[in-house]
Amino acid sequence: MRKHFSGPLGKSVVILGVAYLLLEFGIAYIPPLFGVDSGPIPDSVLLQYMVTVAIGILLWVSFNETLWEEFKAPLHAAMVEPRQRRTRVALIVLVPVLVGLMTFNSVRPSIAAPPSLRSIHPAPPGQIDFQGRSMELAGVENPLRSVGSPEEHYLEGRRVYYQNCLPCHGDGLAGRGHYAQGFNPGPASFQDVGTIAQLTESYVFWRVAKGGPGLPNEGAPWNSAMPAWEDFLTEDEIWSVILFMYEQAGHEPRTWEEEGEEH
Amino acid sequence: MSILLDLREKKTSLNSKQNGGRSLLWAAVAVCGIVSQFVMPDFLLAQGSEAMRQYGDFPLVGSRVAIWVAAQVHLLFAAFVLGVPMFAVVAEAVGIFGGDSKYDKLAKEFTRLLLVAYSATAIWGAILSFLLVTLYPGLWLYLVEIFQVSMWVYVSLFFFESFTLYLYYYGWDLWSKGRAKLVHWTLGILLNVWGTAVMFIANSWLTYMMSPPADVTPDTAPGMVQFWSAFANATWMPINIHRIIANVVFGGAIVGAYAAYRFLVAKTDEERAHYDWMGYIGNLIAIGALIILPFAGYYLGREIYEFNQQMGITMMGGFMSWLWIIQAFLIGVLFLAGNYYLWVGMGRIPGAERFTPYTKWMLVVLVLGVMVWATPNTMIADREEIAAMGGTHHPFLGVLGVMSAKNTAVNLMILTTFLSFLLYRRANSRPTVTWARTATIVQVALFVISTFVVLFYGVWGYFVPAITRIGFSVYQVLAVLATIIGVITIDVFMLRGAESRGDIRWGQMPARSQYALFILAVTFTWLMGLMGFARSGIRQHWHVWEVMRDTSEQAATPALGYAAIVISGCVLIFFALVSFIFWLGGLAEKGTKVLSDTAKVEARPGVSQ
Repeated sequence: MRKHFSGPLGKSVVILGVAYLLLEFGIAYIPPLFGVDSGPIPDSVLLQYMVTVAIGILLWVSFNETLWEEFKAPLHAAMVEPRQRRTRVALIVLVPVLVGLMTFNSVRPSIAAPPSLRSIHPAPPGQIDFQGRSMELAGVENPLRSVGSPEEHYLEGRRVYYQNCLPCHGDGLAGRGHYAQGFNPGPASFQDVGTIAQLTESYVFWRVAKGGPGLPNEGAPWNSAMPAWEDFLTEDEIWSVILFMYEQAGHEPRTWEEEGEEH
Repeated sequence: MSILLDLREKKTSLNSKQNGGRSLLWAAVAVCGIVSQFVMPDFLLAQGSEAMRQYGDFPLVGSRVAIWVAAQVHLLFAAFVLGVPMFAVVAEAVGIFGGDSKYDKLAKEFTRLLLVAYSATAIWGAILSFLLVTLYPGLWLYLVEIFQVSMWVYVSLFFFESFTLYLYYYGWDLWSKGRAKLVHWTLGILLNVWGTAVMFIANSWLTYMMSPPADVTPDTAPGMVQFWSAFANATWMPINIHRIIANVVFGGAIVGAYAAYRFLVAKTDEERAHYDWMGYIGNLIAIGALIILPFAGYYLGREIYEFNQQMGITMMGGFMSWLWIIQAFLIGVLFLAGNYYLWVGMGRIPGAERFTPYTKWMLVVLVLGVMVWATPNTMIADREEIAAMGGTHHPFLGVLGVMSAKNTAVNLMILTTFLSFLLYRRANSRPTVTWARTATIVQVALFVISTFVVLFYGVWGYFVPAITRIGFSVYQVLAVLATIIGVITIDVFMLRGAESRGDIRWGQMPARSQYALFILAVTFTWLMGLMGFARSGIRQHWHVWEVMRDTSEQAATPALGYAAIVISGCVLIFFALVSFIFWLGGLAEKGTKVLSDTAKVEARPGVSQ
């Protein structure tokens, strides 16, 4: 058995197999063993990773002439040598069956909706109509950061959050509220480095105020169940809850660049 | 003017007659293209006052695809004819000042390809102009009103560029020695100056459509727009810089593909050796320039954000964001193919075998780099997968979807690629200087330090605000650039007077290495189309951003899949034509060879025909 996997072809098969197991199951189950949250990866990403690994393997076996010959030798033998007849017959049967199964699997009717390409951060408008008046978003900072007591704003934001946002976004702001399981896609996790940590407060204001119904047409479909909070909260309440979210999640809001600032 | 009027009104009858005098038509196209620059504004203004139609219709594929294909293929040829002269002139300089005549031969061969490619560029330019005039007359009129002076300069420069090219190519053998050779080289520089000026002018038109000056509104009459503020708009210079570098990359890749083609069809060892070497030079230039291209791209992206945040977010975070994942994957392919070509090439260098054990580890870094770089922030998943992940962000892989991870991956890939070049360069040399060992330790230390800096800022980036994180990418880049400059400087001095472990066996390359060069060329072309779509598509339903709205029935921004099909079609058209040009290149060489052989026979004493 060992001699079958000692050559470059055998090693390639082993690497490909191990890579598959790590990507399909390892990513989902190993991090939780160390207390790190994880989950299964979608087929689209698995395919992308596996193609990359396969390309890498092909490059490895072919950049050196000796290795390339050793890699091809068992394949060549399986195709032409009389003593490999059984292997040949098995390959002639198995390969078409495998291709057939994959084809069947990809075309068989399914009740699942097709995967959707959903952009999580659609471009915000330059200005919005907020509660009947026009409001500029570009360059806007959270006004509560420069007036009044930060402590009071934080407490007010916490009240707004616990009264309105908690059921979906959860106590830990990780998108795991009591009702979270009822939504698909689930509520955003503010702990995630890819959500509010990447955004300006004016962007978050736009999303809170306009919710799912206010999402732009580009990049549809939108399945967000987020209500348009401008119908239920005042402007100050929205700004205070935003302040609370950043404070509680431990993120700094993205800031606007000053004129002439270089990075 | 009346001829043009007839052309517009009798388009259908012209189409039916075009089979008769195709060559005549091409000549007419070229002349009319120039004439139209002068007469069209008045004509269109006159028409504008009589409720002129804003849009035309193109059969089968529609106006948008027609103009898209014409613009894209024109741009690909333009990039080729601007990129190739850049290193033709550098190769000639190496030949002159370095005294190695094979560089001169190389430069001449590049220039021969230019002649036909130049015609193709002009033809596609004429097609683009006419489609714009007939399918988008309203937009054309608007642009002409603002830019007509620059359009006149543009067509004038064509004359200078064309005749400089002809003088440069046909004068090659005539002005091959002494001061005449220097004059010839100056012609090459001049050719680049004209070409760059032409590109800068055309860039002003398209960047104006993206980033018109702030004081231009939908109510501003085009005649009232200040020319210079429209010309030198916010994204003009970033595009200029990005395109200059990208043209060098593209030119290198296409020349590499040409060399690969000629290598594969070569009949003699001498030919194989020459085209093997040419392919190596093409790859070196393409990958070398590719390494600095992301910095120019970063500058362009930053200026787009600065101009309009909404446009920036549409590009990077909105519905265009998936193009960046495709881009990451394709650039990953470029890195892999470029490195692979070098690793295979080390098989023909005596002494390179001592580096073979390291190659697979460099490959591991590159493969992991591609995987990280191409990890999407928002994953494509069906509803069940989204539910299992708890959202479109993966709870574990989500950390790879942000810029900190991607910047780290790409910088490590650049370092690895540089290491490949370094090993290739040192493969057949044995340094003779006494401090060689110390210098090598310093080089290794530089690699280790820069890797540490890249990783450190990559990890720290997760714990700081976004505005600070953006600044970290500069430190990462500086560490990598400093290492490249430092290591190569040490190497140059260390290898002075080095002993050779044996000559490079040019031509002894397996055929599969040449396919890596084809992959480079095709991938670059594809990337240009895809990212060009991203740049142009972020205007969405605007001809001129927030100034002139696209009111045609095809105003909606195309879906990514549809765009990918059109762009792939453009790539196919381009390569079909380029293959023809490659074939012509070989044909012209055969003709020259036959002529020179005949001349030798005639010149031989006692031989008569």
